[in-house]
Amino acid sequence: MDMSELIDPFARLIEDVCTPAAIREIEQGGDSSAMWNAFVESGFLDALVAEESGGAGLSLNDAAPLIALLGRHAVPLPVGDTMIARALLAAAGVEAPEGPIAIATGAGAVPFAAVASHILSGTADAPVLIAAKIEATGVPHDVDAHVAGLNGAALRPIAAVLRAQLISGAAGRVMEMTVAYANERVQFGKPIGKQQAVQQQLSVLAEQAVAARIAAAIGARSGLQPKPADAAIAKHGASLAAGQVAAIAHAVHGAIGISEEYDLQLLTRRLHGWRLADGSESYWAGLLGELRLAAAASPTADFIRGA
Amino acid sequence: MFETLTLSALPPEDEAIRPALRALIQEAIAELPVHRRARSWQGFDAAFSRKLGQAGYLGLSLPKEYGGVGRGPFTRFVVVEELLSAGAPVAGHWIADRQSGPLILHYGTEAQRRFYLPRISKGEALFCIGMSEPGSGSDLASVRSRAEQQADGGWLLNGQKIWTTNAMHSDYMIALVRTSGTSADRQQGLSQLIVDLKAPGVSIRPIVDLTGDAHFAEVFFEDVRLAPDALIGAEGQGWKQVTAELAFERSGPERIYSSVVLIDAWVRHLEAVGRKDSATLRLVGSLMAQQAVLREMSLAVTARLVAGESPVVEASLMKDLGTSFEQAVPQLIGDDLAANPDEPVDPELYRTLLYVTHIAPSFSLRGGTREILRGIIARGLGLR
Repeated sequence: MDMSELIDPFARLIEDVCTPAAIREIEQGGDSSAMWNAFVESGFLDALVAEESGGAGLSLNDAAPLIALLGRHAVPLPVGDTMIARALLAAAGVEAPEGPIAIATGAGAVPFAAVASHILSGTADAPVLIAAKIEATGVPHDVDAHVAGLNGAALRPIAAVLRAQLISGAAGRVMEMTVAYANERVQFGKPIGKQQAVQQQLSVLAEQAVAARIAAAIGARSGLQPKPADAAIAKHGASLAAGQVAAIAHAVHGAIGISEEYDLQLLTRRLHGWRLADGSESYWAGLLGELRLAAAASPTADFIRGA
Repeated sequence: MFETLTLSALPPEDEAIRPALRALIQEAIAELPVHRRARSWQGFDAAFSRKLGQAGYLGLSLPKEYGGVGRGPFTRFVVVEELLSAGAPVAGHWIADRQSGPLILHYGTEAQRRFYLPRISKGEALFCIGMSEPGSGSDLASVRSRAEQQADGGWLLNGQKIWTTNAMHSDYMIALVRTSGTSADRQQGLSQLIVDLKAPGVSIRPIVDLTGDAHFAEVFFEDVRLAPDALIGAEGQGWKQVTAELAFERSGPERIYSSVVLIDAWVRHLEAVGRKDSATLRLVGSLMAQQAVLREMSLAVTARLVAGESPVVEASLMKDLGTSFEQAVPQLIGDDLAANPDEPVDPELYRTLLYVTHIAPSFSLRGGTREILRGIIARGLGLR
C-alpha cells in the first residue's frame, strides 16, 4: 500500500478539526466530542486492528507516521493511545468501547487520562479496561491526569514507543516553527537567524529533532509488542531530544514563546509531558544497561545490531 | 526537513560478509593491546591494508573494470563497522578507500582511473588529503599553495600543507591548490592535483601529537614538477569537487565508533568487578541507546549515497551528533571509574581511557569543525 494514500487524508483531518483554538478549548475543559467523533468516523482508530477483526491491519511501522502527525499537531486527545488499545483489545478478544482510551503504565500522570472515557492497563494478553476514574494533576490546562490502583507496567514498552512517535512529530514541528521565527524576527537590523550564535543553536535543535525521529522509528520496527531494547532506544532518544528541543525553541523565540496566546507552548508542554510519561530517558537507559551487562563479552556494535 | 533520512536495512548479502572478514581482523589485532586498538582509524599497518585489499575488502564501491569489487556503500558500511568496532589499524588505506578512490572514479580521466583505482583496491596505493595550510584551516578557500601550468601542460607546484594525516606513509596526496586567480577570488580558481610524494621538491615532516603519536605531518612543495595529468577533474572546479568529497568523508560510521573500543573495555571491567548499581546501568544504557541511534542515522546517510545523492547537509548533521557522542564517552567513563576510587582499574583500561580522552578533541576537528558543520546545517535549514 502507498502510505501517502493514508497519511495525506489523516493530515487533512487533523488540520481541519484540531486547530489551535480547538486544542485550547479542550485543554480548558471544553467539550471534546466533536473532535473525537471526527476521529471515530474517519475509521483511523482501527488502523492497527487486524483485518480479520474488522481493522485496517496496519503494522505499527506503517502507522508510525500517522501517530507522529498527532504529535505534530498536538492533538489533545488519546488518538494514538486508542489506536493501540483497540488493537490490543481486539487481539485479546475484548470488545472496545467507542470513547477515547488512555494507557496507564505506572503511578505517574497518565497522558490524556483527563479526556479519556476508559483507561487500559494489564498486559497485552490480558488487558484490563476500566471506566476512567481520575484525579486532576492541578497543572493548568493539563489533559493528563493521575489514575490510582492500576498495574500496566507490561504495557510500558508499547506506550513508550507511542510516546516516542508523538515526541518525534512534535519536535519536527517545533524545529520548523523555530526556524521560521528566526528568519522573521529582526534584531540589530537583520533576522536573528542570520546570527551565527543562533544558527548554531538551531543546528543542534535540528540534530535532536532528527535523532528523535530515528529513535522513534527504531521503536516502531518490532510491532505492537516491541522488543524491550527497541522500546528503550526509542524512548531514551526521544526523551533526551524532547528536553533539548523545547529548551532551544524557547530560547530562540524569546518572551513571545512563553506567552499563552502563542502556539509554541501547545507543543513544548506536550514534549515535556511525553518525556516524563511511560519512563524517562534514565528509566529506559537503566533497562538497556541491564541488557548490555548481561552480554558483557560481546562487542557494543554486535549488541546494538542485535538489539 | 531531512525526511529522506529513514531507517534502512543492510542487504543480506552485505551482512553475510561479516564472519570471513571478522576472522581476518581477529588475526591482525590478536597481539594488539587495547590502547593500540583504540587508535582505530589512526592505527597504521600497511601489511594489514594490503591483506584487506587482496581479500577484496577495499575498493568496494569501485567498478570491477577498474579493479574494484563493484558493490557499494552498504558493503563498505559493513566492512568499516567491523574494522572500527574491533579497533583494527586501518589508517594505511583509509583515505584512499574512503574518498580518493571515489573522487578519481567520479572526476578522473579514463587513464587516471586505470592507473590508480586497481592499486587502491589492492591496498597498494596509499593516499592523503592536502587541504589545511598554516593560514587555511576552516577557511579552506584561502589556500595559498599554487600550481602554475607550464608550456608543456605540466604543473609547477609551490607551497605548504599542514595537519595532513598520514602524509609520511602515503604514496600520493590529492592537494587542493590555487591554479588561477588570487586569494581574493576565494572558491574560484582552485583545483585538485594528485601529487606523487616521492617527486623531487616534496619534503614531509611528521608532527607529534599530545598522545606521543605522529599521525599527521607538514608537507612542503618546492618547485615540484607535475605531469599534465596530475590535474584531477576540471581546472578551477576544485572547490565543488572537495565539497562533494567531504560528504563521503563526513558520512561514514567512523564518525560514531571512535570511542567504541573504550566502551567495550569499560563494559568488560564492569562485568569483572560485578558493579550493577542503578547509576552504572543508566550510564551503560544511555551510551548504548545513543550509539544505536547514531548507527541508524549513519546507515540512513549511507542509503542516500546508495541512492546516488550527495548528502552534504545530512552528513554534517550526523557527524556533529556522532562526534559529540564520541567526545562525551571518555568524559563519562572517566567520571564513572573515578567515582569508584576503591575499585581496581586495569592499567590497560586506564591507558585506553587517557588515550581517548586526550585525542578526543580531534574528533570534531578532522573533516570539518563542529562550528563549520553547524554552519552547513544552518544553510540547509534556510538560515543563510
